[in-house]
Amino acid sequence: MTAALETTGLSKRYGRTWALRDCTLAVPQGRVAAVVGPNGAGKTTLMRLAVGLRRPTRGSVSVFGRTPRDDAASLARVGFVAQETPLYRDLTVADHLEMGRRLNGVGWDQPSAAERLGKLSIPLDRRAGELSGGQRAQVALTIALAKRPDLLVLDEPVASLDPLARRTFLSELMGEIATRELTVLLSSHLIADLEHRCDYLVILSDARVQVLGDVEELLASHRALVGPVDAPSPNGSIVSSHSTDRQRTLVVRSEARSPAPPPWAAQPISLEDLVLAYLSEPGAGTLPGPEGTA
Amino acid sequence: MIGFRLDGRSNVVPYLQLVEQVRQALRTGLLEPGDRLPTVREVAESVSINPNTVLKAYRQLEHEGLVEGRPGQGTFVVGSLAGPSLASHAALRRELRAWLRKAHTAGLEPEDIEALFGTTLHAFEAEGAA
Repeated sequence: MTAALETTGLSKRYGRTWALRDCTLAVPQGRVAAVVGPNGAGKTTLMRLAVGLRRPTRGSVSVFGRTPRDDAASLARVGFVAQETPLYRDLTVADHLEMGRRLNGVGWDQPSAAERLGKLSIPLDRRAGELSGGQRAQVALTIALAKRPDLLVLDEPVASLDPLARRTFLSELMGEIATRELTVLLSSHLIADLEHRCDYLVILSDARVQVLGDVEELLASHRALVGPVDAPSPNGSIVSSHSTDRQRTLVVRSEARSPAPPPWAAQPISLEDLVLAYLSEPGAGTLPGPEGTA
Repeated sequence: MIGFRLDGRSNVVPYLQLVEQVRQALRTGLLEPGDRLPTVREVAESVSINPNTVLKAYRQLEHEGLVEGRPGQGTFVVGSLAGPSLASHAALRRELRAWLRKAHTAGLEPEDIEALFGTTLHAFEAEGAA
């Protein structure tokens, strides 16, 4: 099956700075892929390249096998919500829907958009500037979904929202995914928001892909080991290591589900633990491939 | 209709947590053959989790012969885990509640109660349920 998003050696340079370098990845269809990494790691650049808002300096990007930007048909399949969920302050919610309808034509799903906003009690005659942050994010998501996209790209959609609005937004998103064939690319700084929601992980670090893979497989192939600070290092590749005066905590990558070598005690790790371990060690990386590590 | 929840601190993977909650509801008679499970969308939205996780849980339950997906209608309970003991559950629950009240009055926290129950059950089974 064609990947929803596939990049090969994708690179983007702004002036002298590489915003993204040699990015090679493939997000399978139907996945909810998390894109995480520190500020300036290339998350927004990757997303803008994926939706055709930027052209690569080198390498290639394809969405369902087509190059974005080069043809209108592939863009029609992509929904995008940019950072800060920009809307036109002085236009009403209804104006935004009307604009979407005119720009998108036959593919535009006006009834479901109106129904969605009604369910969320967002008045159509309200100006965007008078909406709460949570409501603005919901309107932006509604517009992106009304295109009936196959790929939905969301750049930090919940960053500015309070915890309840974040949960509402993400719950709505999970519900939408359940009812249509949709691949999602979702970036966030709040890793806890991605846990149990994303099933594919892309960690970007310093403009490069650091970790890539299925979340379940990544969690099954990593674990935390806790032991005395002077214990000999266990087998397996160590991702990160933190010590106090007595205790050392490691995050290790070990394929075997074998018991921990004494005196180490093994514990499963969460997505957040995994992401933080890699972010704290930009030199460590895990990419799919024959060797498994890069 | 039953509601699902996810224990973020549990070591059990999310889809198995959902499977276990359905099994639990079948054991206690909360779910009976003919009952409809919430749709994948309803669970994904209310628990706020990836719908693929819910699908995986429902497929597992189907594989175990406990539920059945009917196209266009939903997922229905077809099996049962409630044994003949179900009839005595209500009386036992009443006695257990009375005992819990005593434990609470004696100053036991929920963790103490779980630990006491767990060790006593363990010892009881080791004795061969005499």
